[in-house]
Amino acid sequence: MSLQDYLLLAAGLFSVGLYGALSQQSIVMIMMGLELMVNAVIVGAAAFWYFTTPDRPDGQVVVVLAVTAMAIEMAAGFAVTTAVFRARDVDMTDMAADLKD
Amino acid sequence: MREIAFWVCAVGAVGAGVAVFRVDSMARATFALLASFLFAGATVLLVDLTYLGVLVILMMIMEMVIMVVFMLMYMMNPAGLMPMTMVHNQKGSLAIAIGTFAALAAGVYLVDWPTSRTPRPADPTMQLGTALMGPNMLTMIVLGLALFATIIATVVLATSRGRYERYGHRLDRGRPDDPVRGGLGQ
Repeated sequence: MSLQDYLLLAAGLFSVGLYGALSQQSIVMIMMGLELMVNAVIVGAAAFWYFTTPDRPDGQVVVVLAVTAMAIEMAAGFAVTTAVFRARDVDMTDMAADLKD
Repeated sequence: MREIAFWVCAVGAVGAGVAVFRVDSMARATFALLASFLFAGATVLLVDLTYLGVLVILMMIMEMVIMVVFMLMYMMNPAGLMPMTMVHNQKGSLAIAIGTFAALAAGVYLVDWPTSRTPRPADPTMQLGTALMGPNMLTMIVLGLALFATIIATVVLATSRGRYERYGHRLDRGRPDDPVRGGLGQ
């Protein structure tokens, strides 16, 4: 268990999330990809705190920041999903890209 | 022991993350994501961050339970009775994701990361709390403001009948146009 192992895990989570965010059409599935990417930040920041600067609290503060960013992303994402669904009756990004006819 | 636990959690987190985009139903995808978050939260627990690890785990459970409800509300095929593929540019996305992973993994092993010889704090939660209530107070204030702004923005976005529907586009209607008088039934 070393910093490299943790960063490799974070890289894996980030890449899987990136694939999901780029490839999925459903808005909620894109949000899932984004959350996986933020999760990678949480794992990476926790590892940096533990292995490089445990005497300073900055790594932990970054984790708190990432957790809050994830909560905001989720709330705003669902609000946008609701707004788009109400206005256009769609739940896919490709359909929402067209102008209303 | 910690080594084994870490690798089990790491493989579980990435494996469940991959499963999110491979399973046939939205509900299963949500629970796969929950599993991925729980494994990742366990790795945070392994680096002595008890408070933050438990925080991540509890938050993710609540988030995913809410997400399942939204899935069932909006998404097609929530039960996974039919095969489901809703993807675009899959090959390109896969190539970008693999390229990103290769670049990040190369960086992980090529960079000479610093190591710390300072002793670890006896109580990391105490360290975080004193930082957030002291030198890092600005972070906490900004986070609070951002969360408050999110509450307002999400309510405005999600509401079906706002003031423009009730009072007209110029907000010049004397009485609000409600289905039921008295501000009810919006």
